[in-house]
Order: sequence, then structure tokens, then C-alpha cells
Amino acid sequence: MSIIVSSIGQGLLWAVLGVALFLTFRILNFPDMTVEGSFPLGAATAVAMIAHGVNPYLATISAFIVGAIAGLITGLLYTKGKIPILLAGILVMTASLSINLRIMGSANISLLNQKSLFSAAFLRHLPKYFDSVLVGSVIIAIITIALIFFLQTELGQAFIATGDNPNMAQSIGIKTDRMTIMGLMLSNGLIAFGGAVIAQNNGYADINMGIGIIVIALASIIIGEVVFGELTLNERLVAVIVGSILYRLVLLAVLQLGFSTNDLNLISAFVLALAMMLPQIRHALKLDTMLKKGVAPHD
Amino acid sequence: MTEPVFSLKNVVVTVGENTEILKSLNLDIFDGDFITVLGTNGAGKSTLFNAIAGNLPISTGQILHHNHNIANESAVTRTNYIARVFQDPKMGTAPRMTVAENLLLAEKRGAKRRLRSRGLTKEKLNEYATITKTMGNNLDTRLQTATGDLSGGQRQALSFLMATRVKPELLLLDEHTAALDPKTSEQLMLATNQQVTENHLTALMITHNLADALEYGNRLIILNAGQIVLDVRGEDKDMLTEEQILKYFIA
Repeated sequence: MSIIVSSIGQGLLWAVLGVALFLTFRILNFPDMTVEGSFPLGAATAVAMIAHGVNPYLATISAFIVGAIAGLITGLLYTKGKIPILLAGILVMTASLSINLRIMGSANISLLNQKSLFSAAFLRHLPKYFDSVLVGSVIIAIITIALIFFLQTELGQAFIATGDNPNMAQSIGIKTDRMTIMGLMLSNGLIAFGGAVIAQNNGYADINMGIGIIVIALASIIIGEVVFGELTLNERLVAVIVGSILYRLVLLAVLQLGFSTNDLNLISAFVLALAMMLPQIRHALKLDTMLKKGVAPHD
Repeated sequence: MTEPVFSLKNVVVTVGENTEILKSLNLDIFDGDFITVLGTNGAGKSTLFNAIAGNLPISTGQILHHNHNIANESAVTRTNYIARVFQDPKMGTAPRMTVAENLLLAEKRGAKRRLRSRGLTKEKLNEYATITKTMGNNLDTRLQTATGDLSGGQRQALSFLMATRVKPELLLLDEHTAALDPKTSEQLMLATNQQVTENHLTALMITHNLADALEYGNRLIILNAGQIVLDVRGEDKDMLTEEQILKYFIA
């Protein structure tokens, strides 16, 4: 039971990344590799600050700002520097590896005996792993509701239009470069924020913790889409959260089969590839019609 | 005749080393002009539009807007007073957003987009139902449909409404009926003419349909090899025949 609770808690915490990546991957319509750098950047920033005695809430918010700066740089390289988005993201991701080492001073720092978001007294009285479920729920609820409001504003609508049809957006006076930069800043800010929260949950920050992040975030987006199909924009954000939890439960099931945690990246990639191919497979095998036939009364 | 709203003075557009697509072109556009633009492929019609809209830099010359040179203003800045409808129905609308959302976006042309509610109220929806009804193609029943699911004709009608939602000082119609079937095309052309006349819009319309060019608008220009070879208005335009036009089409 407690491992299922743990998976749900992890799913909720990691859902921040899925929702953040949704802004660039689904709304702006491009893959942003910066996230593999901004995630450990956020973790390093928060953990290093906490280790130096800074209040954990302040440290977590600082992580957001640092992540947003990483997004800003990618955005400037892409819009003003005319570097393709994939490469711009990879450049910032690579550069941030060095920045992270500078921030942390070593490849790994522990939060042993330090205060964190998870050290409030009432959280420690909860049964095991329920602290991450509670903190995760509160954080993802606040972020999702804020994003839903944002996307319904004049600015949010201009942001959506930029990803949907940049030509049209420009022709009605939307400054698409600014919208793209704003999206990258918001997305990477949230990813770094997620990194800060997850590092505090783990109790350490590690220089390598960014590897495979984009696959995990994408998996929650894709699983949500495969499971729920056609949805409105607001519903899709919620689907990402459910997707993130489902992804953790799938991982749990796979680990129960006897795979080791060293296989996690392989499994993540496999799960994502499978989820992305599922619509094709379903179509090829005519699974839908087969299932319908299976439940239809005999005539 | 008073001051022109827009005035192109010796505009040259060059591509590559020294291929001139527009050769020292001069054009005065007056308030209320509805100008049909004719010319063979490669005559420079689209280049003229791109130069006016700011999508293509001009090599020399001036583009005056109320006697103020806008040649160095960005395309986005120029959308404050210039609106455009493209030939391709996919170009003018955001496919995953609904008809109402697209209209709402267009309503903010020239205004600052703020962090406040977009304000898609019941009154707005009623207003949109009224204006989309004028296009006569059931667009009014599909306000909550994603524009990607509309027909080409409905999308072009929507693009047109979006371009004129905030009255532009100049409306550029870039063969906006060309991708549609004859009936839909005619319907949109009639709606266009009605809106331009009723709202006293200033417009340039590229077309390959000679009959349309003769029937609509108060002025007609023909481009050939980057220059205006014919510019007629009023009665002179009314006297013009298709045969006479074709004489100017020799490259």
C-alpha cells in the first residue's frame, strides 16, 4: 500500500514538469530541451541556498527565477539569434551543467538535517509518503489553477495564438517573439521550481538529476492524451497530472516485475515510445472495433 | 482629392544580387479607395503587398502613411493600421481556437494585450452571431467550433471579419477568394464588397478574376514587371473591358 501512496506522491510532484512542458511542447508546438538543464538548475539553486541557511520557501521561489532566466536565454537564442529551437535548448542545457557545478560546488549536496518544504511539523505527523501527496497536491493545484486563469486572459490568448498560427498572430499585431520568450521563461521557471521541490523531497541535489527529465515530462503529457483523447485546453492540463500519476504507477509495476532502478531511463523511454505509438497500434489492429464487437449484443 | 492615406514613392524591392521585383513604383492610396490589383504571375503584386505590410524590406524609396515614412517600421507595428487577408484559408486563423476566440483576438489588434480576463461574455457572443450572420455561410452557428474544423469558405469569411473587426486604415486582400469554389468565392466577394462599401474601408484587392476586377472597386491598377502600367478610376474604370485589360498582360 505505502509504495502506491509513494507513487501517487511522486506523480503529483513530477506533474509540475508535465504541466510546465505542456506550455512549450503543446501550446508553442516545439520541443524545448532546456528543461534538462533548468530542472537540475532549480534543484541546485534551492538546495545550495537552503544549505547556506536560506528559508526553504525563498529558496524554492529563487529556483523559479533562475529557471526563468535559463528559459530567457533559450528564447533569445531562438528568436533573436535565429538558432533552431532544438539546438538553442541543447546549448543552454549544456551550459547549465557548468553553472550547476558552480552553484553546488560539488556534484552532490545533501540536505541532511536542513529545513525544507517537507519539514513542517504537521507533515511529519502524517503516515509515510503522505507528505509528498499533500505537498504535491497543493503545489500542482495552485499551478494548474493559475495557468488556467492565465490562459484565459488577453495575454494568455495571444500566447496560445502564437503557438497555433504565428503568421496569423503577427498579422493581428501579436509580438510572437515576446510570447515565445515568455512561454519559455514560464515553462523553465516552473521546471526549475519542480526541480527544487523534488530535490527537497529526495533530500539532495545531484548534478546528473536532469538526465531523462524531458522524457518523463513528455510521458505524462502523452499518457494523459492517450487515456483521455479529445479534451478542452483546461481539461488537458488536468489530464497531464493524471498522466503523471499513471506513469509512476506503470513504473512501479515494472519495478515489481524485477527490473532494477538502474533500468529506469530505459523503461521511461520505452513507456513513452509505447504511449506515442499506441494510437497507431490501436488503429492497425482495429482494437476499437474489436472491443466494440466484444461488448455488443449478438445479432 | 485630398492628401493620400498611403503613398509609395519610388519604391524598389530587390531580391538576390540585383533582381528588381518592384521598379521605382509610385502609388497614392486615398481614403475610401477600393483598388483592384491585376497582373500576371511574377508582376510583383504579392511583393507590393509584402512591402506595404512590412513583410519584405524595400531597397530604396519611401512608404508614407499620412506623410510619415513607415519603411522602417516592423510588420507587427504596421498591423496597428494595416490588416490583411491571405489567399490560403490556413493562414488567417488559429486552427485550435474557436471562431469566437479568433474574433476576440482580432478585436485587440492595435491594443495592448494585458493580463486581464479576455472577456468572452454572452453579449460578445451575441454580437459575433450578428456579424458572422452577414457572411451568409452558417458561420454564426459555429462560433464555438475550432476553426480547424471549418470549411475553407467559412475560414476565409472569418479571416475577413477578423481583418475588419478593428477598422484598418488599409485592408490588403491577397486573392482572398481564389482558393474557394466558384459559388463560395462569389458569396465572399459579395460580402466583401458590401462591407467595404458600407464601412467606407480603404482596400487593395489582388485578383485573377477579370470580371471581379471590373465589377468591384472604384479604381483598378495593373502591374507588369514591377511597375504600374495602368491606373484608372471612376468612369474610366467603368468603360474598361476585359479585352483592353488583357493587352496589358504581355510580359
